Amino acid sequence: MPFACIFVPHFSVAAVSRAEPELRALALAIFEGRPPMEKVFAVNESAARSGITPGMTKAQAELCSELTLRPRSLLQESVAHAVLLDCAQSFSPCVEDAAADTVILDLAGMASLLGSLPEIARNLLRRAAELGLDCNVAVASNPDAARLAARGFSGVTLISPGKESEALGSLLVEVLFAYQGASRESAEKENDQEKESAGRLETLDRWGIRNLRALAALPEIALSERLGQEGLRLQQLARGAASRTLVPVEAPAVFEEAIELEYPIVLLEPLAFLMNRLLEQICARLSSRALNTQKLRLTLELQNLTRGDSRLAISEISGRSDPSRTSAQLPAQLVSGKPDKFSRTLCLPLPMLDPKLFLKLLQLDLNAHPPGAPILNIHLVAEPARPRSAQGGLFLPPSPEPEKLELTLARIAGLVGASRVGSLELLDTYRAEGFRMRRFSPGQKSLASKNQSQPYSEPAEEKSTIAALRRFRPPLPATVTLENAELAGVVCSKKKEVQGSVLWKAGPWRSSGDWWEREAWSRDEWDIALQNAEGIALYRLVHDLLGGGWFVEGTYD
Amino acid sequence: MSSAVFSTSAAQGRPFVFDSENAAEVCPQAELFTEARPPQRVVSAIFPGAFKDAKLAGVAPASRLALRPAPEMVSSGITAMDALTGGLPRGCLTEICGPASSGRSTLMLAALSAATWRGEFCAIVDASDALDPPSLAAAGIELDRLLWVRCGENSHQAEHRLEQLLRTTDLLLESGGFGMIVLDLGDLPPQTTRRIPLATWFRFRRAVEPTPTVLLAVERQSIAGSCSSLLIKLGSLKLGASENQASPPPTHAQLLTEMEITAELVRSRMDRKPVRSAEITFASKTAWAG
Repeated sequence: MPFACIFVPHFSVAAVSRAEPELRALALAIFEGRPPMEKVFAVNESAARSGITPGMTKAQAELCSELTLRPRSLLQESVAHAVLLDCAQSFSPCVEDAAADTVILDLAGMASLLGSLPEIARNLLRRAAELGLDCNVAVASNPDAARLAARGFSGVTLISPGKESEALGSLLVEVLFAYQGASRESAEKENDQEKESAGRLETLDRWGIRNLRALAALPEIALSERLGQEGLRLQQLARGAASRTLVPVEAPAVFEEAIELEYPIVLLEPLAFLMNRLLEQICARLSSRALNTQKLRLTLELQNLTRGDSRLAISEISGRSDPSRTSAQLPAQLVSGKPDKFSRTLCLPLPMLDPKLFLKLLQLDLNAHPPGAPILNIHLVAEPARPRSAQGGLFLPPSPEPEKLELTLARIAGLVGASRVGSLELLDTYRAEGFRMRRFSPGQKSLASKNQSQPYSEPAEEKSTIAALRRFRPPLPATVTLENAELAGVVCSKKKEVQGSVLWKAGPWRSSGDWWEREAWSRDEWDIALQNAEGIALYRLVHDLLGGGWFVEGTYD
Repeated sequence: MSSAVFSTSAAQGRPFVFDSENAAEVCPQAELFTEARPPQRVVSAIFPGAFKDAKLAGVAPASRLALRPAPEMVSSGITAMDALTGGLPRGCLTEICGPASSGRSTLMLAALSAATWRGEFCAIVDASDALDPPSLAAAGIELDRLLWVRCGENSHQAEHRLEQLLRTTDLLLESGGFGMIVLDLGDLPPQTTRRIPLATWFRFRRAVEPTPTVLLAVERQSIAGSCSSLLIKLGSLKLGASENQASPPPTHAQLLTEMEITAELVRSRMDRKPVRSAEITFASKTAWAG
């Protein structure tokens, strides 16, 4: 049974480099600890060539002028680990989460689906690179041999069955102990193991055992007498003969990416660049799992501001100066003095996977709802959803493309307001404005409507043409002249053409409702014909029985 | 030889494009379109020196231009109107103009109803926020298939509404996929709508031309000029005899049941014949008339 192992060398460095790809070409060192006792925790190869080693103080490392220093980011490491699992699970359902920087896959039966083993190994390496991780991949007949090979050899390594001992022989014995040190256990246990490992390594060093070939050649009985069962286990590993079953892990389908910024962002444009990077990473991860997303949640951690400087920040972040906005109108989180989070959720009508579209939608949303303070951290979460499957038809009428339509609707919402675009839904009431706006989504609901089965069917019988009403919003206040207690003339000061003598009238039609609520209404309606300059026009005249005013509500047209 | 082709086309009243059926009169078609002797070489032979200029060489020869097919016509939802106009043309701008209470909205809703009945998605850009939802439902429009854009948030200025309408229309035309897009300018004063530059209407016409979308503009007066392919003018409301009688019944015994709509076909570019004005009259019922 073949197994593959993916190992990310210098994992802490790789995690930070993934978030900031421009650092890959530089000498990079990661430090951790509290000031002033910060120490170098991990370095990349360029930094190592410059003489920087883990354990140096930050002050010592800073003497190297070409070195770039970054603090250790546990957040980025957890994201990078999730990416590693995504990469592995896009190839095999049986994945062992061996360490933060290591995952092992069972490739049994995958050859017929994904090609030969060398092909799978190369594709694993390519997929990991697409997801932003430079890693080593090794394929062997048992998990531990694959793991040792991935740790010891860079690039792609293939070990034929039965040749594990020969292939692993050149590796240094330190590989065996680095292997143990990377296991995920508590800090105390880890310390104890490190001490034991250091002792065994020292013993082997004293014996002159430098590589795995030498360790594999030692007599078993003599080794067990001196190092016990642990010695035999190490020898089995060195021979590539250790056998065990894989412990598969069910990774939660959580797709989140984050960036911690050293300096706060005060403009939306640089924010868009960073969001673009996050969206591309998250879409690549979703794509590797053959998933789409229907909901994106953007959370921004904002810098605390006092009242004095918050006005400046608002005008900067919103990208437009708004002197009319006073400190009394500031968002509550800016005044509270606590660490603030600003969150926006993008709900899509259908599952989609287009980073450019998502970026544009988020930009439009942030333009309409600016965060209001400098941004320290960016956190993006995508809820996975199965890709939509729709059967097209040659004889179906055209319909807007969901992705294009979503962007168009967002742009229109930016123009006219989000509450003023959509499809309408009638409410179960006789109230004048008895409707509400809702999201226009021609996706699933409309596709399943009755006409879909008969796309070109015409009405069975000719419908009578219904006269329409055009409403004045808000209704026009009117001055009504009565003669012998009957309507004689109407004058609207707001709309000059709505005035004249009443030529014809019908009514009143009394209606009322919602008397059990605050918004009770009661009114008399008249249909009147007025003679004005353009000719005769029909209007609906309303007498509000509760408020006591006259209004022209609309015109029949 | 080439001038003969153009004159033939002009004599037949067709647009100024090459008619492939008549190509044989001037040049064998096979010879014209063979790879060995491309059309450019044919024209070069006729007009020596025509392609010396690099700019001219980039211009597509007339022989490569296709004859534009007549637009597909769809029902306007009113049989009498279809009889008058032949329906509403896809990929063209249609104008419906008339004063208040002339029946513009009735026609608009009937057209939308017919389009949603065909299973198309429609959009209405409402400059005055004047749409009455119960009227939509009574007209038989599938509300799920209608996108309603209400212009004029926080602004009652007609210019601002107009700007929103034009930008929204641009976005909708760019998005595509709609069977009908309606621009409702019915309540904006004519002096405001006349400020829309003719270039904007040309842009709309060009944008809608390659699509199956019916672009319908409802307004008080015709403003798109030659950009509209169909112009329907509605007459003002006339009161019937029953309403004008000397001793009418009491008002509570009267009911508005129907409106008479008079429509005149002012311009149509569908057939290549000279326009002759035609007029029809039909009635629309109110929703409660039964």
